Amino acid sequence: MGSVINDFTISVATVNGSGSQSANNILMRSIFRMGVPVEGKNIFPSNIAGLPTWFSIRVSDKGYTSRKSKADIFIAMNKATCEKDLSKVRSGGLYFYSTAVKLDESLLPDDLICVPVDFNQLAGEVTQSIQLKKLLVNMVYVGLLAELLKIPEDVVNETVKFQFKGKESVFKVNQDAVSVGRRYAQEHLQKLDWPFHVEKRELTKDKILIDGNTASALGLVYAGCSFASWYPITPSSSLAESFESFCEQLRVNKDGEHRYAMVQAEDELAAISMVAGAGWAGGRAMTATSGPGISLMAEAIGLMYFAEIPGVIWDVQRMGPSTGLPTRTSQGDVLAAARLSHGDTRHPIFFPSDPAECFEFANLAFDLSERAQTPVFVLTDLDLGMNFWMSEPFQYPKNPMDRGKVLNAEDLKRLGEFARYKDVDGDGIPYRTLPGTPHDLAAYFTRGTGHDPKAEYSEDNVNYQALLNRLDRKWQSIQALVPPPDIKMSDSGFAVIYFGSTDRIMEEFAATMGESGKSFSRLRLKAYPFHKDVTDFIRDHKKIFVLEQNQSGQMRELLSHAYPQWADKFCGLPLSDGMPLSVEELAPKVLQGGLLG
Amino acid sequence: MASNELGFERNDYKGKKSTLCSGCGHDSITNHIISALFQSSVNPYDVAKLSGIGCSSKTPTYFLEKSAGFNSLHGRMAPLATGVKLVNPKLTVVGISGDGDSASIGLGGFCHLLRRNLPMVYVVENNGVYGLTKGQFSATADVGSSRKSGEINSFSSIDLCSVAIEMGCGFVARSFSGDAKQLVPLLRAALEFNGTAFIDIISPCVTFANHPGSTKSYDAVKEHKWQLQELGFIESKEEITADYEGSTVITMHDGSKLVLTKVDGDLHDVTDVMAAQKLLFEARQNQQFATGLFYFNEEKPTLLDQQSVTGTELYRLGESELRPSLEQLNEIQNQYR
Repeated sequence: MGSVINDFTISVATVNGSGSQSANNILMRSIFRMGVPVEGKNIFPSNIAGLPTWFSIRVSDKGYTSRKSKADIFIAMNKATCEKDLSKVRSGGLYFYSTAVKLDESLLPDDLICVPVDFNQLAGEVTQSIQLKKLLVNMVYVGLLAELLKIPEDVVNETVKFQFKGKESVFKVNQDAVSVGRRYAQEHLQKLDWPFHVEKRELTKDKILIDGNTASALGLVYAGCSFASWYPITPSSSLAESFESFCEQLRVNKDGEHRYAMVQAEDELAAISMVAGAGWAGGRAMTATSGPGISLMAEAIGLMYFAEIPGVIWDVQRMGPSTGLPTRTSQGDVLAAARLSHGDTRHPIFFPSDPAECFEFANLAFDLSERAQTPVFVLTDLDLGMNFWMSEPFQYPKNPMDRGKVLNAEDLKRLGEFARYKDVDGDGIPYRTLPGTPHDLAAYFTRGTGHDPKAEYSEDNVNYQALLNRLDRKWQSIQALVPPPDIKMSDSGFAVIYFGSTDRIMEEFAATMGESGKSFSRLRLKAYPFHKDVTDFIRDHKKIFVLEQNQSGQMRELLSHAYPQWADKFCGLPLSDGMPLSVEELAPKVLQGGLLG
Repeated sequence: MASNELGFERNDYKGKKSTLCSGCGHDSITNHIISALFQSSVNPYDVAKLSGIGCSSKTPTYFLEKSAGFNSLHGRMAPLATGVKLVNPKLTVVGISGDGDSASIGLGGFCHLLRRNLPMVYVVENNGVYGLTKGQFSATADVGSSRKSGEINSFSSIDLCSVAIEMGCGFVARSFSGDAKQLVPLLRAALEFNGTAFIDIISPCVTFANHPGSTKSYDAVKEHKWQLQELGFIESKEEITADYEGSTVITMHDGSKLVLTKVDGDLHDVTDVMAAQKLLFEARQNQQFATGLFYFNEEKPTLLDQQSVTGTELYRLGESELRPSLEQLNEIQNQYR
């Protein structure tokens, strides 16, 4: 076999709860620290311990990190899946299996190089504790692979130290387990015809390797979010928890007083109602949730829309409908978010595509929400939220926070009049006061029922129509406030419109399609409603594949609704298996369907 | 007309004209709230009056026109209040809810607000029926009581005061909409209480629950009323002149005092949580309508204490307080290299 440098995929099959996550992270980050592009995807069950989980690491000089359906190197640690796992290895690939899985050797296929390793015994060289041994077997395979892949010892050791920061004894025992794995590879695996190696590069310089939920949480801190309420739900819980820990680090005064408040609510109904209260009172308030959560929040979000209260709803999407696949990724909440709640409501949405945009869009979402006095969604997904992504470093917010049209007592004195829902500027966005403003004109009564410009209860038909017409004008104003899309033109007449985490596969997808002679323009949406540049792009193309990870083509539906004259240009594919997209699976479908000519 | 210490007249605490049925108990409560806020010289600019949905939840329109108000969603007054108060702790939060709002659709929020001990006055205007939808039973309707149509309620009722004590609430009282003498001092004490002050006010629905089979009619309330104490409220700056021997005097955290003088039966020890629960249980068994302060405990930390925001008005914080530095950002990012 010839040598394969920086272009392969490693998959590890373990049992959920066996502690393999930190081992996999160490392996991945070691490669990243060698300057080689790498990303990891954790395919895990909705379970605390006992069910199968797979972690795959893709190494690519080209920066192609989409999921591969078959691995080049496989580590089988799970008895329950080891037989089936044989089919997840590319022909000619390497299949290491723990002797503890008791695999029937007659099943081993001829086209794989299969190597049994007694990981338990090797871990036993480091510890006699049964509990600890279970964790350390993972570090043994890290050592074994590091040796075979030629990842230098100091790189791995530094990463182990980084992973177990400040816990000297934990670091030591893990490092010992790595060494045992290395030594085993040196002593017993030298005769393997081993083709895969990692070679040092400068391709990850300045970049960071981080999950989207952490990036979002930090972005929210820098966006000035002062209030968060949430109800635990996969895959958004780590976002809320990261926000809290960043606040503990960055928003506590010397006297212990907090510059944030955070409540774990009793349910999503309460979480969003707290956001409504906090937003009404003038705080930058948010909640983090997932699909089932936004379903429960529908009523309060309708109230916020109608009573014109700012707030940010961060939806880390998972696979629906219903409880669906709680630990699998999806872009299936697009329509739900856009039109959440009864009656006529619509909400702006941001679609960050990587951790750097998770950070950046947190601030944009709050600025828009306070400027337009309306709830704003940010849609990420499990793949972006919970997996580690390479990212450009975060940019410190360029502009001061936009707190929107808020009048204080001095303003009221100067103006001599105030009507909460009057369209003073003709942009559909009225002025507001905050509770506690010491002026006779300040107080108004907020309600979800019909109201006139002075916020008085009103059932008058003419007034009600005027109110909804004003909200339409506001929607037009919002269209001018959203960021423009990312566009890359080709002259084939064909195009792809996409958004969010699928950005990660686009370069590889374009290259793969190019091999079949297909070129296309690309437009990556950053927000809904659609920016005016989207209009020109659609007009200028004859056929447009709307790439999205859901069944019915939800973005396609929004586009068709926004551009009915061009609705027949749009096409799509149902992509709802819950797995991060794989170019090698997607490209044949696109070719077969003639979606790009 | 007399003004209070802040120079406001009683009229300054009024709101719009009520649109409730003539004779509704809720309108009396509105009046008592106006009296309490006026007498206690609460600054109307610093009040947030919040409610859910229902007849009771309409009433914040009828008092404090100078205060910000929010008639929110059915059952969501409690979490709404939580968001408001945490962001602006200087606001005096007066929450008005009903038995449908707090004992059914919002029972979860009610319980969790009490667990967290959010400083606010939480009033339930309790009439045992859904008035706006024409008289269905609510969860506080007593078992065996009847609807106007004759239908008998077969389900046990939820006693919100018992629930409140169970949830750790430190100020739990019940009163009657028509009893200004009891209710005004209770409301004034509730306004000073550092934590959630819960008052369940039986407030007859003249249209749907004032018939003989109702246990929350004016007649039923009069007949079964069991008043624990007579209440007096003494502001912190007032000197005690009378002799209160035989009464219980509670000194609140700000120095104001609540004087409890027994009326019916033995003097109830309001600091004894078991005695309070026993009293409520027995009153239910004996179909007595017990009124007064059942439980008082101001020791429990409030949600503002727990969140360490007692001295911070989050809504006022600007960029320099909310947005950490570039150096801090870079330091954190370096951990992900």
